Formats: sequence, structure tokens, C-alpha cells
Amino acid sequence: MRGGMSGMGAWLWQRLTALYLGAYILVLLLALVFSGGPSAGAWQGWMTHPGVLLASALFLGAWLMHAWIGLRDVVVDYVHPFGARVTVLAAVALFLLTCGIWGTYILIQAASSWA
Amino acid sequence: MRREGRPVFLNLFKIRLPVPGVASIAHRISGVLLFLAIPLFLFIFQRSLQGEAGYAEALALLRHPLVMLISLVLLWSLLHHWLAGIRYLLIDVDVGVERTAARKSAWTVLVLAPVLTVIILGVLWL
Ligand code: HEM
Repeated sequence: MRGGMSGMGAWLWQRLTALYLGAYILVLLLALVFSGGPSAGAWQGWMTHPGVLLASALFLGAWLMHAWIGLRDVVVDYVHPFGARVTVLAAVALFLLTCGIWGTYILIQAASSWA
Repeated sequence: MRREGRPVFLNLFKIRLPVPGVASIAHRISGVLLFLAIPLFLFIFQRSLQGEAGYAEALALLRHPLVMLISLVLLWSLLHHWLAGIRYLLIDVDVGVERTAARKSAWTVLVLAPVLTVIILGVLWL
């Protein structure tokens, strides 16, 4: 498992993505709680705002990257036989890739409400 | 089969797993739960953006008893992972590394996550 996302690079990315995820989630939770649960119009207004969409697109990327590095650490700790490890990691990668395509599609749909 | 001196039951209060260890295992478990929940987040998010009807449907789904139970677990996971994550980031930059400080912050995270979970769901559900 050398090259690409390994060692110090992965460690650092895990932390950079954690900071971004943490900030985004904090803002979202505060907005949800202090609006007491938004109306449909308010919610969709926030989420299709171009700045928020951009932030959400970044969130999607950071989310999947963070989850990949994190899950890989967990799998490497518990799944030792080579074949099993490769299989589980491939399943995780496929799962995240599918979520990435789906998430991108959702954001494009949201953007098409104003574009 | 019982040998002399074999404990009859496990007294969980007598097993002293270090508190930072508990917070650390919970951080890992919550991370895996959040990973598994990504499709659920995406599904509800997608529905919630599909007009008035989609938004109402998303809210109704969030009110389904099973989904409410899942939300409870996931919100705890999110808050614990968030708080413990920030704790790790602080320790990485040498804040709170010292033993008593690390124990104290681990306790804080373990207590604060369920408390905040209840408060936030209280505001959103009631
Ligand atoms: C919401 C989606 C998230 C998912 C699916 C997720 C998933 C994970 C997973 C599976 C791990 C590996 C755990 C381990 O190796 O024990 C991890 C590690 C980590 N997460 Fe998250 N996480 C999320 C959000 C966050 C947030 C919001 C923060 C920060 C506030 C954060 C901070 C961290 C940190 C600092 C680590 C590294 C811990 C270490 O290296 O020991 N995560 N995450």
C-alpha cells in the first residue's frame, strides 16, 4: 500500500479534511438548531445558494477522502490476510465511489434549479 | 467445571480501562458508523431538495420510529467523532498531551456527546 494516499500525506489529509468537515457540520447544525428546523423554502434556499453549493461540493470531496483514509486505517488494523484485505478495501472504494457519483449528481440537480 | 477463584460475573465497574482508551474506541466505532450512514445522509438530503413534496417526505422519513432511533445513534456518533476529533487535533499540536489533561478532556468528550445529542434532538424533535 505505498504511494498515493499513504504515510504522512494521508495523516495530514485526514487532519485537513477533519477541520473542513468539522467547520461545515458545525455551521449546519447551528443553522438547523437556531432556525428550529427550517421551512422547505428556507432549506432549499440555503442549499441551492451558489456559495453554499460550492462549500457542499468541497464537503463531498473532503468527506469521501476522510472516510477512505479512515476506513483504510481500520481495515489494515483488523483484516490481515492479503486477499481478504484487498477485497474489503475494494468494496470500500466502490462504495465511496458510488456515493461520490451520487453526491455529485445531487449537487448538479440542486444547481440546475438556478442555472 | 468451575475452578476455584474464577470470577462468576464480570463487574464492569471494576475493569479500569483508561478513559482516553474508551474515548478512542468510541471515536473509531463512530467513524465506521458515519461511514456506513453516508447513503442514508445522501438519500435524505436528495429528497429534501425536491420541492415542497420532497421536503415533506424527507421530514416524514425522519419521523419514522426506526429512522429516529438511527438518527439518535448517528447524531451521537457525529458529536462524539467531532469532539474527539477536535481533541486529537489539539493533542497533535501539543495541547492537552499531559496525562491528567488528556484524561479530563476524554471525560469531557464522553459526557458532552450524549448531552448535546439529547439537547439537539430535543430542539429538532419537540
Ligand atoms: C461525518 C463523516 C465522518 C466520517 C465518515 C469519518 C470517519 C472516520 C474514520 C472511519 C476514521 C478512522 C478512525 C480510526 O482510525 O480509528 C476517522 C478518523 C478521524 N476523524 Fe473522522 N469522520 C467523519 C467526520 C469527522 C469530523 C467532523 C472530524 C473533526 C472534527 C473528524 C476527525 C477525525 C480525526 C482527527 C481522525 C484521525 C484519528 C486518528 O488518526 O487517530 N472526522 N474518521
